[in-house]
Amino acid sequence: MKTLTEKILSRASEKDVSPGDVVEVKVDIVAFHDLTGYHVIEVMEKAGAKRVFKPEGIVIAFDHLVPPPDVRSAEIQQTIRRFARELKLPNFHDVGYGILHQVLVESYVMPGQVVVVADSHASTSGALGAFAQGMGASDVAAAAITGRTWLTVPQPFKIVLEGRPRQWITGKEVSLEILRAFKADYFVGMSIEVFVGEPRAFPMDYRLTVANMGVEMNADALTFVPDEEASRYLEEMRGVRLSSFERPDPGAKYVDEYSLKLDDVDFLVAAPNSVDNVKSARELSDVEVDVVFIGSCTGGRLSDLEIAAKIMKGRRVKTRCIVIPASWRTFKRALELGYVQALVEAGCVVTYGTCGPCIGGHFGVLGPGEVAVSTSNRNFIGRMGSPQSKVYLSGPAVAAATAVLGRIAEPGEVL
Amino acid sequence: MIVEGRVIKLGDKIDTDVIIPAKHLKSTDSQYLAQHVFEPIDPEFHKKARGAIIVAGKVFGMGSSREQAAIAIKAAGVRAVVAESFARIFYRNAINNGLPAIACPSIASEVKDGDFITVNVETGEVRVGDKVLKGKSISGMALEILKAGGLIEYLRQLQRRQLS
Repeated sequence: MKTLTEKILSRASEKDVSPGDVVEVKVDIVAFHDLTGYHVIEVMEKAGAKRVFKPEGIVIAFDHLVPPPDVRSAEIQQTIRRFARELKLPNFHDVGYGILHQVLVESYVMPGQVVVVADSHASTSGALGAFAQGMGASDVAAAAITGRTWLTVPQPFKIVLEGRPRQWITGKEVSLEILRAFKADYFVGMSIEVFVGEPRAFPMDYRLTVANMGVEMNADALTFVPDEEASRYLEEMRGVRLSSFERPDPGAKYVDEYSLKLDDVDFLVAAPNSVDNVKSARELSDVEVDVVFIGSCTGGRLSDLEIAAKIMKGRRVKTRCIVIPASWRTFKRALELGYVQALVEAGCVVTYGTCGPCIGGHFGVLGPGEVAVSTSNRNFIGRMGSPQSKVYLSGPAVAAATAVLGRIAEPGEVL
Repeated sequence: MIVEGRVIKLGDKIDTDVIIPAKHLKSTDSQYLAQHVFEPIDPEFHKKARGAIIVAGKVFGMGSSREQAAIAIKAAGVRAVVAESFARIFYRNAINNGLPAIACPSIASEVKDGDFITVNVETGEVRVGDKVLKGKSISGMALEILKAGGLIEYLRQLQRRQLS
């Protein structure tokens, strides 16, 4: 009787693993972006490595410094471009293709794989049933060279999502509900396996957000058990049809189990400066807001843009509002479906896929005393700019309603 | 491997954006990074860090995978970090950069700012005054990497041994 985590890691280590074991595993995909990629390459050079384990096993997408806002960023990208060319890496994506985690799920990751990424939001790929972990540049360099890494088999924890979320409630609210219930330190050393009761009621976009936020829960990994919704997504995005998936054995042992009724999940917001400082949007309705950011690997997917567009259509934003689709594909679909037009007409600034303001990089850095509502993942001190700024994390509906009213609001107050 | 020093005490959930903000990540230069360690909460931190041991609460180093967080702390002269628990990625980055990281569940309640503590990395024991606290030891390959001063140095030593 094995959990999904144990099955994936048993295959990858060619051993019968149990939680707590320290094992060496084969990795299927090693990925990095511009801001960590140059560091990975630097470590490889210092280690004297001239090749990677498998050129098609490396995935690179530029997203943090896109397009380069300064000379140093341009140099970083030149270094990685040269590396990709010299090693003939086929899966290299330059400026404009999208945020790495979104690119990975759109085009590369398959259920049951082991994925190692030089970025903590690697956990996103768990939505497709992969075991995905973020690591630092040195670990990722070692994995890129050898095609292997070591890890501790985490303790498995089971979450069951039952029922259907209310209108405009997404994976973001579900993530915040889990963080409210458990706090950010509970899942250290654990892998969360999520079972969805009604697969079509909780679509892949929502799952990607929950998996993305797995690292904010400090889980070692967060993996959705693959089901018909995972099949649908793979077929729609890549034309791939899978007849069967690796799933946990019935009766597999978990350290604990938590059931969440999706129908009861409310519009939630994480107040400064911690992701688990969760309150209902109603409690914060007197918080005045300067800027709203709808984007990132957490909250820049098609469903986020759809919800924001539907709420803002025919209205005007009171705050500054920056909207960033998570990838070129997302942007193109949002254009075709009229979401971009609705957002632009409402007064939003809409741009190409970049991490930008989420990391306080560029394209909307916060000044001292400014207050932001963001669909991204972190509200740590100074995360989006000045240490004197404040960040409230929400889902797309609260973000859009807030942009329209200039204070934290639920969508019902606008519609 | 024994490490000792004066304690700088920090709280729970110290995140990597606070350890080293993203605007400094275009460099891996350890001396540059050391100048900016903990800048958002204490721009002068680097001046008092040399020879110190950081003691903290839960999930120290949570957040991003930036290896510069471990590099900056080490380069500022901090000898070790002892915390109730660590974020997985930071813990690996610390070891890979030769910075001892000891998980010790009772540390935050037993140790105060300015205390002098002695940490035995191989047994996980933390000594403060007459008290001995039990933490998680570091062994196997992780210990070898630490002793070598980090992953790159460890790999170089391995290559040298294979050649000779």
